Order: sequence, then C-alpha cells, then structure tokens
Amino acid sequence: MTAVRLSGAVVLMGGFPALAGADLEVVPGEVVLVRGPNGAGKSTLLHLCAGLLRLSEGQGDVLGCDLGADRAAVRRRVGLLGHDTALYGELSAAENLQVWARASRVAEADVTGALDRLGLPQRLRDVPTARLSAGQRRRVALAAIVVRRPELWLLDEPHAGLDSDGRAIVDSLVTAAAAAGAAVVLASHETGPAGGLATRTVTMAGGTLSERAQS
Amino acid sequence: MSAWTGLGGFVGDARLVAAKDLRIEWRARTTLGQVLPFALLVLVLFGFALDANRPTLRLATPGLLWMTVLFVTVVAVQRSAAVESADGARRVLLLSGMAPAAAFVGKAAAVAVQLLVVEVLLVPGVVLLYDAEVESVPLVAATCVAATVGLAAAGSLLGAVVAGVRAHQTVLPILLLPVSAPVLIAATRAFADGFGTVAVEGWSWVGLLAGFAAVNALVGAVVYGPLLEEA
Repeated sequence: MTAVRLSGAVVLMGGFPALAGADLEVVPGEVVLVRGPNGAGKSTLLHLCAGLLRLSEGQGDVLGCDLGADRAAVRRRVGLLGHDTALYGELSAAENLQVWARASRVAEADVTGALDRLGLPQRLRDVPTARLSAGQRRRVALAAIVVRRPELWLLDEPHAGLDSDGRAIVDSLVTAAAAAGAAVVLASHETGPAGGLATRTVTMAGGTLSERAQS
Repeated sequence: MSAWTGLGGFVGDARLVAAKDLRIEWRARTTLGQVLPFALLVLVLFGFALDANRPTLRLATPGLLWMTVLFVTVVAVQRSAAVESADGARRVLLLSGMAPAAAFVGKAAAVAVQLLVVEVLLVPGVVLLYDAEVESVPLVAATCVAATVGLAAAGSLLGAVVAGVRAHQTVLPILLLPVSAPVLIAATRAFADGFGTVAVEGWSWVGLLAGFAAVNALVGAVVYGPLLEEA
C-alpha cells in the first residue's frame, strides 16, 4: 500500500489553481522533501494529503482512503504540523496534548513521554501555551503529533523557529517515525537541514511537482 | 456499530469539547470578569432610566432581562468561535476524527452553561432592582433552560457559519439577533407569566422555545462538520 498517491491533483482556491496537476507517490518508511519557493503550493499539498482540502480535479488516496469520498478517515491517521500550531493558547502543553489524545481516541497516550522527547522543560508544561515562545509552542505542536502516532507525518517547514537542539530533535523524530514504518512528507522552501533527512526530494513550482535526484 | 459512532463515544467527545471550552473560559474569565458586570450594569441603567415609572419598569422587566441575555449570548458565541480560529486550533476537531455533531453539541453546551450562570445571577438581580416577584419558579426555570439551549444552539451554529467571513465579529450579531427574535419574544412572554405581570399562557411559550431549541440543535449537528471544513 502506498501512503500517498496523487494523480493530476488540482486544488482550486477562489478559482486560482493552488495545486495544478500534481503527481506524487510516497511509500511507508520513506521521507520525501517537497522543496519549492514561497507560494509554490507546498502547504496546499500537505493540507490536501491531510484530508483538509477537497480535490477539484484529479485523483488521490492517502493510506488507502480516497481523498474524494473518505477524507474523514484520512484525517484520523495523519499528523500535520502547519505554519500555525493548532494549540489552545489558554491551555497548558500537557492539557493540549491530553485534548489531542482524548479527541483522537489514543489508548494509553504518553503525554509526559512526548513532552520529554521534545525536550520541553518540566516548569513550562503547566503554563498556558500562549505564554510560551514560538519555538516552545512548535515543540508542543510536534509533541501532539508524537502522542497521536500517525501513519503519515506532514511537516511544513519543520525546522522553522527551532533552535539547534530543537532541529536535532525533529530530525530524530522523523528518522524514528520512518524507521517505524510511517511515511513522512516534509515541505521547505530550501533544501537546508531538512534535505539531510530526506530519502527523496521533489521540487514544486507553480502548483506542480517534479522529481529530483535521489539522495 | 463502531466505537466512533457509538453513543458513548459521542457523549464523551461532546463532554471533552465542552470541558475544554469551559476550562478556556475559566482561564480567560471573559464571561465572569467582563460580560457579567456589563450585563448587571445594563440592568442597573435600565432601572435608573425607568425608575420614575415603576409600573412600566415592572412590566418591562422580562423583556429587559432577555435583551440583556441576548447581548451576553453574542459575546459568548464570539468567544466560543474565536477559540477554534486562533492559531489553527480547529485542526484538533478536524484531524481527531471526532464526530462533528459531537463537537457542535460540546461547544453549544459550553455556551449554554455560561448563559445559565449569567441568568442565575440576573434573575435575582431583577427581583432586587426592579421589585419583581417570581410567581412560578418552575415556569421561570423551564423558560431559562429552553431559551438557553435555543440561544446556545443557534449561536454556535451561526458562529460556525460566519467563522470564515472576514468581518465575522460584525456579521455575527447582525445574523444572531434577528434569528434569536423568537426566543426573545417567547421567553419574555413566558417570564411575564412567571412574574405575574401579564396574564398569558406561559407554558405554551416554553413549548415554542423547546421547538426552537430542537430545530437549531438538529440543524447545527448536521451542518457543523461542513461548516468547520469551510472555515
């Protein structure tokens, strides 16, 4: 089973093709870097793969679920790190992760273990996330993905806002997830540090994808 | 039937969302710290404005009270919708696989709890300030519950409708106040009977309130999912 299969995928946003006929295949255990300039359609691609956007044209399935008819099933099984953190600012890191875990019906969610893995200091775990720095909130957002144990990781600019320790933690998370059989799609406007993680790089421009050299 | 669609799961999800919203509200203190003092101030000012004409004030008491509750509803619903739109938080509801209807029920329940707290404080307030007398406690209580459920359901539904609109803070009251007019009318009439100021059949107005609540809860539960996606 492929984790992601897109064929001629088009996503129109207000009549504008944010994704203009994208073809992509990602298999479990693979780490794919989607590289492209700002506005190339990388975030749209990730949101489509997460089941958050509708296909306007073309075909696609994620984790065996059709992106046209079964997006709800897709959403349960993916973890998405976007430009925003999807955290409730008045709740603490631990409370946010508990909400994510309980809403996602994760049995025996290891909230403490996830925050440990992301290196969030103990003293910050009961502080409302609105009071944390951008980098700390990003770590909590990643911990929310760890708690849910998704089969497909979709990480948009995963190193953005993180210090060197944080970037190293992201790298180890991605490596561990892929080793455990999850598929990972990273999006970045530069090859940079994310490029070192990727088993394959595709470039994106004007809403279309093209294959690049194998690494 | 799978666990996802089971009643237990539905109720658990609704409770999770309601508890989450109430905890956020408790931390932000919007209703207790800002809206409630505003509501009490409105009642006091109405009292000053009409005090010279005590019979008129007593006659207007139910309408003034429910008008105040309506203003509180607008603020509570705006806050409830803002919680999901800030920093992409609605992705929790979308990606968790939770039934959208359960999320809707949870969000409406949290708004309803806040409104009930306000009403529990406002009713004694009008009794003290306006010399009102409660003649039928069951009728007043039933009116509060039915009207609150209707306002919370209609408000949460419209909050989701306008979530993606740029000027949503302005658009929400423009939509919510006219839609809530039946609640204002019916709750005012039922309270008039409960306070013994006008001879009407209060319980029939409670029936209308219950119908309004049921329709809005049902519509909200059905359309909340698509609205959440489009926001």
